[in-house]
Amino acid sequence: MKKGDSLVFFIFIFLIGLLPVLSGSTYIMTVGVFAGINALVAIGLCILMGYAGQISLGQAGFYGIGAYVSAVLSLHFGLPVVVSLILAMVVAAMVAVILAVPALRLKGHYLAVATLGFGEIIYIILNEWGPGGPSGFGDIPHFSLLGYTITSTTGYFYLIWGLVAVVMIFSLNLIHSRTGRALRAIHDSELASNAMGLDVVELKIKVFILSAVYASLAGGLYAHYITFISPSSFSLFYSILVLMMVIVGGITNLWGAIIGAVVITVLPELLRRFEEFDVLVYGLILTLSLMFFRKGLVPILVEKIKKLRGLAVVKH
Amino acid sequence: MLTVFLQFLFSGLTVGSVYALVGIGFNIIYNATSIINLAQGEFVVIGGLLMWFFTESLKLPFLLSAVLTILSAGLIGLLMERLTIKPLKNADLLLMIMITIAVSIVLRGILMFNFGKDPYVYPPFTEGEPLSIYGAIIQQQTLWVIGITGLCIILLFLFFNKTIVGKAMLACAVNPTAAKLVGINVSRMVMLSFILSAVVGAIGGMAITPISLMEYDKGPMLAVKGFCAAIMGGLGSNRGAVIGGFIIGILESMTAGYIHSGLKDAVALVILLLILFFKPAGIFVSKTMLQLRKF
Repeated sequence: MKKGDSLVFFIFIFLIGLLPVLSGSTYIMTVGVFAGINALVAIGLCILMGYAGQISLGQAGFYGIGAYVSAVLSLHFGLPVVVSLILAMVVAAMVAVILAVPALRLKGHYLAVATLGFGEIIYIILNEWGPGGPSGFGDIPHFSLLGYTITSTTGYFYLIWGLVAVVMIFSLNLIHSRTGRALRAIHDSELASNAMGLDVVELKIKVFILSAVYASLAGGLYAHYITFISPSSFSLFYSILVLMMVIVGGITNLWGAIIGAVVITVLPELLRRFEEFDVLVYGLILTLSLMFFRKGLVPILVEKIKKLRGLAVVKH
Repeated sequence: MLTVFLQFLFSGLTVGSVYALVGIGFNIIYNATSIINLAQGEFVVIGGLLMWFFTESLKLPFLLSAVLTILSAGLIGLLMERLTIKPLKNADLLLMIMITIAVSIVLRGILMFNFGKDPYVYPPFTEGEPLSIYGAIIQQQTLWVIGITGLCIILLFLFFNKTIVGKAMLACAVNPTAAKLVGINVSRMVMLSFILSAVVGAIGGMAITPISLMEYDKGPMLAVKGFCAAIMGGLGSNRGAVIGGFIIGILESMTAGYIHSGLKDAVALVILLLILFFKPAGIFVSKTMLQLRKF
């Protein structure tokens, strides 16, 4: 990790620890749990889009695979939750390989529509062949490790944000490593990266798998937290929501994914008071933020701080 | 056997017509700007719901309602381009796609606020006995949908090939810089493309509503299907979008009829993936043409 990241990371851990102490309200904790789950998916998509330059409109598919595989394995096959979560990630990774090999040859709109199609197919499969069909199923076991079962929302808050922290350390180290530099090179020019001797295709597939694994982990945690799942949580709308998180937060900064996830998760809660207007207000806020904070919240904030320090080195 | 087959075929042609119109809408904007406008489905919904508002709520005559609906849809397309697309000139392609998604959420919010969540319907354009071909029942409105789609295709073909404005729009698609150099107002052509594609979408919505009803949240699925149609035929090719739309419509209704109604959306998507993986240029765009494109 770089110096700046370590400081931000410290503040981040501090905030996670502090929030449940400041407010024990189950409502705020629940929103916090969802924000954390969304952050896991958003971090994966952020690496894929911001660092490898590949778009995906199918993250809901991997999120759904994670939730369903882990739920079914632990409920119907009696596997320990930790084992079922890991197996769910393995399944998602295998599906990602099968999808990535042909899909990542595509670019721009074509990759977007291919991943979108994949997400919708998973959604239809869950509806048709998932346990309980469109109405879903319940009684999914809670998360447990070494004989200790987590049932409280605060417990899940610590578990999920703890995992967000672990994923964040791993991802920050990844993007500042040799692989991360290679990814950014691909983002800027695939042709040049190829000429430099990088295996562009292999790297793209690896990142795609990573983003799928993060999404499936989030899906599994969601299933064990809620203990009831139905296909409607894994529709195209969720993929678009995650895309919004990454873009609102700032595609070029991994912290942006977390900030975006929190903002997009909390926003509908704040808009409850508008009742029938909520969809409209939500849409307007998104439109305006896309138009006026084009680079995303975090990169803009970083620029402001740099300017304040008199380091007006603004990268474009 | 034949009766049932024909019945499925005609219902496939009907939905296929709308997919084709949505696909053409995608193409018109894509050709002028390289943007994929994911609010395209909302234009169809706007067409259906406004037509209901003018004919059923205000009790205006049919033709006047149709004209008012088309004008309003055009105005919405114009506002969308001037308020969100034009200010973002030269922005990242991804941001452009996202902004059209955001606009579609705004439009859905407005529609839900004004029309609620109920489906709407109004009487077919002409009253009369359904036709019967080898025992298959064809409603007159089905013929209207197919006929109007055909008319739109012919008019658009004439517009792009015979009028100076249409040719100027095609020139923007081929090379915006060169188009600017020969004196074409590119910004106005972009505006025109949004108006035109909103109108095409709204016409589809007006025609299909008496058959399939219309509600505020039908837009996204229509956009996905229309996009599939456009991709299948090769993005940018109107002929391709029409054939793609009909193929998807017919496959859907055959799957729903012969296999299982829940799988009808999956079949279209699986075929879409296969085409993307094995012939990404689509059926009607050559590989060389694809390589010449920016995106």
